[in-house]
Amino acid sequence: MATKVMTKYDVDRIRADFPLLELQVRGKPLVYLDNAATTQKPRQVIDALSRYYSAGNANIHRGVHYLSEQATAAYEAVRAQAAAFVGAADPAEIVFVRGTTEAINLVAQSYGRSTLAPGDEIVLTTLEHHSNIVPWQMLCEQTGAVLRVAPIDDTGTVILEAYEQLLGPRTRIVAFAHVSNALGTVNPVREMVRLAKEHGAIVLVDGAQAAAHTRIDVRALGCDFYTVSGHKVFGPTGTGFLYGKRALLEAMPPYQGGGDMIASVSFEKTTYNHLPHKFEAGTPHISGVIGLGAAMTYMQEVGMELVAGHEEDLRQYATEQVGALAGVRLIGTARHKAAVVGFVVDGVHAHDVGTILDQEGVAVRAGHHCAQPVMERFGVPATVRASFALYNTRREVDVLVQALRRVQEIFR
Amino acid sequence: MSADLRDLYQEMVLDHGRHPRNLRSMDNATAQSVGFNPLCGDKLTLFLRYENDRLVDASFQGSGCAISTASASLLTETVQGKTRREVEELIATFLEMLTGSGAADAEKLGKLMVLEGVREFPVRVKCATLSWRTLEAAMRGGAKEVTTE
Repeated sequence: MATKVMTKYDVDRIRADFPLLELQVRGKPLVYLDNAATTQKPRQVIDALSRYYSAGNANIHRGVHYLSEQATAAYEAVRAQAAAFVGAADPAEIVFVRGTTEAINLVAQSYGRSTLAPGDEIVLTTLEHHSNIVPWQMLCEQTGAVLRVAPIDDTGTVILEAYEQLLGPRTRIVAFAHVSNALGTVNPVREMVRLAKEHGAIVLVDGAQAAAHTRIDVRALGCDFYTVSGHKVFGPTGTGFLYGKRALLEAMPPYQGGGDMIASVSFEKTTYNHLPHKFEAGTPHISGVIGLGAAMTYMQEVGMELVAGHEEDLRQYATEQVGALAGVRLIGTARHKAAVVGFVVDGVHAHDVGTILDQEGVAVRAGHHCAQPVMERFGVPATVRASFALYNTRREVDVLVQALRRVQEIFR
Repeated sequence: MSADLRDLYQEMVLDHGRHPRNLRSMDNATAQSVGFNPLCGDKLTLFLRYENDRLVDASFQGSGCAISTASASLLTETVQGKTRREVEELIATFLEMLTGSGAADAEKLGKLMVLEGVREFPVRVKCATLSWRTLEAAMRGGAKEVTTE
């Protein structure tokens, strides 16, 4: 794609940017509908990685030589870009991490461990991915804090009244997904943050499933922490970032110790570096961050409003088409949803569905989606999940539906 | 349907997947074990009843995909009446069919050969072996729960 902002959505032009989408799988054109697991990468990102290693590789923040200076500038430019990407005021509020899992662990172990006391409460929702459950459980074991879980209704929507009732004087941390990975439910983040703030809790929003689909504005959302996964926004694996309000990050102890996170070291006393370097011990994933920068530039050029419109069309079409199949039950029918269509086929386990779809070149996720409490809530061991991204088409939905008919033929 | 897919979902596999045999708990079991596949969350409990050295009854409970259910169902059918040693041999032969490099021993395996097609689907091999690993554990009387990982 030319580096011009698009005015009208041209999905063919976008597809041409993603070399992997040209693959044939098992003799069929690939239909990649596993975007909630990871997205494919545009040539712009692949080229940025290659360019960095061919002509820009050096360690950052320490060399006096030309290459180090260039690499440092490129790395820090992505921090500024990431701040703008989520609407943060200050690039120092962006901490680069390996992904959302690490971002949540960082907040739990640094903020949580230094502030929580026995009997304090952490509020989550049933919708959470295991990565937004287990770090808090570990924190509870360490501090004596207690987990409270807000339930969801039959559509996969958080029951706000129940959520509100869980909040109280002992609520210290509230953590929930912006968008559910298993169901696609979009949570009313602003409202949930507002309610948590009435009780003085700090709020972490897990943005792993949101950032590829909608524009993020942390200041409008009002949250204290927001997490972004690089590989789910068309960037390299092993990248991501944590947004945190400056005052909170300043007060938090370091997460890991090592080089780059210090101002000075002696055996008597070590002084920590200022933000955000305090949280970035060791040589970071420099090439990955630069690739992530290329991914964010790419998304900006495509235009997130256009992407959101395209994906909403795909979601509606896929929901209609898949939902119209007899013997298929949609799981996750919240009113506000991202382009994720979860379902079960009567009498056929999700893994059998997945294997047969794979033979038709259709890549979906089949399983519990690292969200076992969600599966339990719906009384199913596993679901099939088709998740869409900016390069998917209605024609691919048709291939999915055709392949599902094939599943039903085999299991008739 | 592709040839591989037809080999995987043979009529007998679909039948045992849909109508599993010996799907029941057992009050007078002399051994039991739980098998768990953390990748997909499938879980099954296998019940065995020995009289002296002979396995006189086998049953299971749990739910899973067609492959794991059919495999467990076929397992409970084929081990009935066998001695401990014969069951051990059958387990080894079955696992060899799915995870080994040689040709499957059709004579020893009998109708279990319908699961041979799973070989061509490496990510599904664990579905077919779950109940057999669980049987292994129940026979040893050791681990309370086995996993495919």
